[in-house]
Amino acid sequence: MLARTHVSYELKDDVAVIRLNDPTAKVNTLTWQLQSELMAVMEEIWANGAVKGAVLISSKPGNFLAGADIKIIQSANSSEEATGFSRQVQKQLEKFEKSPIPIVAAIHGLCLGGGLELAIACQYRIATKSKNTFLGTPEVKLGLLPGLGGTQRLPKLVGLPEALDMMLTGRNISADRAKKMGLVHQLVDPLGPGTKPAEERTIEYLEEVAVGVAKGIANKQVPLTKEKSLMQKLQDTVMGLGQVRKMIYKTASEKVQKQTKGLYPAPVKIIESVKTGLEHGTKAGYLAESENFGKLTVTSEANALIGLYHGQVTCKKNHFGTPEKDVKRLAILGAGLMGAGIAQVSVHKGLTAILKDTTEESISRGHEQVYKSLNTKVKKRALTSFERDVTMSNLSVQLDYSGFQSADIVIEAVSEDINIKHKVLKEVEAIISPHCIFASNTSTLPIKDIAAASKHPEKVIGMHYFSPVDKMPLLEIITTDETSKDTLASAVSVGLKQGKVIIVVRDSPGFYANRCIFQTMAEAIILLQEGAGPKKLDSLMTSFGYPIGPVSLSDEVGLDIAAHVAENLTKAFGVEGGHSAHTILSDLSERGFKGRKSGKGIYLYEDGTKDRSVNPEAEEILKKYKVAAPPAVSSDSDRQYRVVSRFVNEAVLCLQEGILRNPVEGDIGAVFGCGFPPFHGGPFRFVDSMGAERLVSIMRRFEDVYGNRFTPCQLLLDHAQDPSKKFH
Amino acid sequence: MAHFSLKMFSETRFVQTKSKKTLARPGVKNIVLVEGVRTPFLLSGTTYADLMPHDLARAALQGLLHRTGLPKDAVDYIIYGTVIQEVKTSNVAREAALGAGFSDKIPAHTVTMACISSNQAMTSAVGLIAAGQCDSVVAGGVEFMSDVPIRHSRKMRKTMLSLNRAKTLGQRLSLIGSIRLAHLSPELPAVAEFSTAETMGHSADRLAAAFGVSRIEQDEFAVRSHTLAKQAQDAGLLQDVISFKVPGRDIVSKDNGIRPSSMEQMGKLKPAFVKPHGTVTAANSSFLTDGASAALIMSEEKALAMGYKPKAYLRDFVYVSQDPKDQLLLGPTYGTPKVLERAGLTMSDIDVFEFHEAFAGQIMANMKALDSDWFGQTYLGRKSKVGAPPMEKFNLWGGSLSLGHPFGATGCRLVTTVAHRLQKEGGQYGLVAACAAGGQGHAMVIEAYPQ
Repeated sequence: MLARTHVSYELKDDVAVIRLNDPTAKVNTLTWQLQSELMAVMEEIWANGAVKGAVLISSKPGNFLAGADIKIIQSANSSEEATGFSRQVQKQLEKFEKSPIPIVAAIHGLCLGGGLELAIACQYRIATKSKNTFLGTPEVKLGLLPGLGGTQRLPKLVGLPEALDMMLTGRNISADRAKKMGLVHQLVDPLGPGTKPAEERTIEYLEEVAVGVAKGIANKQVPLTKEKSLMQKLQDTVMGLGQVRKMIYKTASEKVQKQTKGLYPAPVKIIESVKTGLEHGTKAGYLAESENFGKLTVTSEANALIGLYHGQVTCKKNHFGTPEKDVKRLAILGAGLMGAGIAQVSVHKGLTAILKDTTEESISRGHEQVYKSLNTKVKKRALTSFERDVTMSNLSVQLDYSGFQSADIVIEAVSEDINIKHKVLKEVEAIISPHCIFASNTSTLPIKDIAAASKHPEKVIGMHYFSPVDKMPLLEIITTDETSKDTLASAVSVGLKQGKVIIVVRDSPGFYANRCIFQTMAEAIILLQEGAGPKKLDSLMTSFGYPIGPVSLSDEVGLDIAAHVAENLTKAFGVEGGHSAHTILSDLSERGFKGRKSGKGIYLYEDGTKDRSVNPEAEEILKKYKVAAPPAVSSDSDRQYRVVSRFVNEAVLCLQEGILRNPVEGDIGAVFGCGFPPFHGGPFRFVDSMGAERLVSIMRRFEDVYGNRFTPCQLLLDHAQDPSKKFH
Repeated sequence: MAHFSLKMFSETRFVQTKSKKTLARPGVKNIVLVEGVRTPFLLSGTTYADLMPHDLARAALQGLLHRTGLPKDAVDYIIYGTVIQEVKTSNVAREAALGAGFSDKIPAHTVTMACISSNQAMTSAVGLIAAGQCDSVVAGGVEFMSDVPIRHSRKMRKTMLSLNRAKTLGQRLSLIGSIRLAHLSPELPAVAEFSTAETMGHSADRLAAAFGVSRIEQDEFAVRSHTLAKQAQDAGLLQDVISFKVPGRDIVSKDNGIRPSSMEQMGKLKPAFVKPHGTVTAANSSFLTDGASAALIMSEEKALAMGYKPKAYLRDFVYVSQDPKDQLLLGPTYGTPKVLERAGLTMSDIDVFEFHEAFAGQIMANMKALDSDWFGQTYLGRKSKVGAPPMEKFNLWGGSLSLGHPFGATGCRLVTTVAHRLQKEGGQYGLVAACAAGGQGHAMVIEAYPQ
């Protein structure tokens, strides 16, 4: 027999304590190795008549079992192979469920996916109330379903509505919430330091309590089922009615359809598997679950979403080394939405920040923005009022430059005017210490132009955040030829501390994200000129998978800002990219139609009404620029591809020009910064899966009508010529 | 086990004369404890139930006057400590002093620092004397848990305050109309940390668990406390207790919370805070108590000039503070090594230890922290452990668990008990240490006055 490396156990009196510890990784996942060792251990324990109970616990701080090993899924060559994997583990977990001795899952840290499915096959669950303890079934986010019995056990454990919600959203559930839902039986408080470190002692304590409970269950002193409350009994009765369940499936399906536009297969399969189990018995349910699991693993959607997951992991690492000096103190210039947003994500993660602006009014507004965001968390009980106050104490709003001398990085978020940027850069450079970095949050001005006014261009870098900063995960970092490696490493480390997903691109007008979005917007304007209609156009693009249509997006961003971007990029790339987008956008914004912020854009924004209507005055303006729609390229599908292909081609061009470092960052930037449909995995995976040749032929058709704005770039052509060339 | 070892402590200890050096330092005033008294400490809701806090404080002051024969205008200042303030007597020191018949020319103020409030009152007195501002100060503390301020809800308060300002009947009616049933639910004060919202008992349970203190260890320590308190009470050692004629009731002359019970009885109780697996119970925690204390503190010169024989020197003291969440009750562990270092003493120099017993689990956790090399190195910045006080010198006349713990009054009891034990046991140095809400702590070295 081979020595066990991942699972070990020892006897504490008559309770077997089984410890999960994958020596090859920081986090435990359900690998073949771990799984087979766990089964071998269990067989040994079950065969030992002296053992009265078992405790399943992880030796790793911060995680119980974070899920099934994605490699198992990715290495499956067919849906049958994946179904086989699911069947095999299902059968093993059935043994857990039918265990002759009680098994107590003792959970500290992440208990997700396959980890949760293992835990709910046990007889009892105890979790620490730690801020890092989360339970959940995130499979749907990878385009999969909980394929190890989750779709069958969860509804029985927490009820149909809660189970569907968990599996369809994939959201993480805190320990407190899990207790209330009945997902865990008992909670254990995290401990402070004793005669050993806090984390170590907390896990030990969890184990002690779990061993006590295992003994208690074995002695029948601890009941496995709680006396049900009247409310629960009532709920059970209601759920017992076939009609009610039918209603729930229907409502869930409708909601899924509405949110996914039918583009994501996993939620549908989840509902189907749950339904089969509840309506046709467990046996049929498990079968449906494993078959659906197998089918989902080979879909392009799962492939794209898993790709995004890996990409995200890559973009949450610093690939440029450790900064020479740890960056702790930020100073932010400009307390507008962006500046205050940057301050917010900074202080929230324990950094200190100065927020400077020129008027009392603007710094007061900035302060309120940060305070409000924290206070919302207090109201949701995600934060105590005290933690809010301590966090706020790390923020200083001010009108002068005091304290800038000890800043490690200055991020400017002032008006997009090169003269103002130069002015603040010079003012700041007169005060800051030599190690301090100057970062610009410009969305379009080339960083090298800003750096031109600097005495230390090696310390100048671009940090392009997306609005709203606390919601949008992407940070685009821009380097010039002069930016030093340490400046880059420092900027990346700041972004990572702020919890951002980071892509690093080379300086160029519009960088990467805005350059691609610009293509989308410019084409959208042309489609409006051609009479596509704002609502129709938005719905075309959301049904393609964009979370928001291009017209709404322009209104959200602000038509004045969009006009500004268009102006800069039109200048930089010549007219072929821009056409009259800049003119039309300026015309609209000069009439006061600046988008949501001014109440009127291309749409009208009225408080209290969700269903927004088109702004008739804006429509009048658009009419001025009306052009005829060429019938050959104006079908719904053509209109979608005109928008998408310009975006994708621009992304590929960015890679060709070396703006992007690799396709992974290109995909991450497009999905997290530009709203590119996640199930396509980003423009590069999109090209890979649809085939460059097909895309090129579509673009050629557009090119025939419109000319060179649809000319595919060389790299795309290379891929079209050689189908073996793939970006991923 | 506990009972067996107790017998040894209760043997009358022969008075030994030690020849340790004194902590007197040139250029530093010797400050002495002349006398310390306290009312009997009663379970809240018992005989004191109908009083007010200043009544208890007044009783302690009158007891001090009576015991010392101090002329009512012979002190320079009066300081009291209290935690939960009666809003009508927010400067309870002044109300009690006036009622006790002290001259109205003597200023008085009230301090608050959770369970070390009267320690703060005493050290403030020491500061005033050391600075030459005063020669004699009365310091004490009071807590009255039989009645606490229960407030209207914030919404109700707001309506009521607006009602004061309403000018027309219409405005008044509309304000009254805005009152909802939910606004009537009151706000009760809780023994909880404001910063973490955790109750102290819950924190104590986590602390005990962090140090691996078992339920049995806690129950044993609680039984020890009650047993020793009973012995001390029966032997008449608790000389600081004065008799108090409660208006409309009998004379009270004894603490009423001392209840030695068996380990079996202790074991029957369910955990009070962390359920179901916690270890802190009602019986191994200190109980809500009413009581007051008072001490006369003077410069040695002044005391001798007035013809007093002081009980002890009050020497070095420290205040410490730490994480209010995970180390809420570790004040003694942080304070002890720090004050010893200040005084130039070691653990073995100390003859008498009096630690405040908030919870048996808290005492045992502090013992383990003091005895841990890892804790000493990681949190106290030392090369090795401090070492735990030997049990045969520790809280021999009971403690807060058994005698009771009126938050604001306990500090004076601790200091006076050290003075009395040093006299009785013949030791030279005593150490007081206490924890307090907010993650704070206090420790003081007391030196016996030559007999």
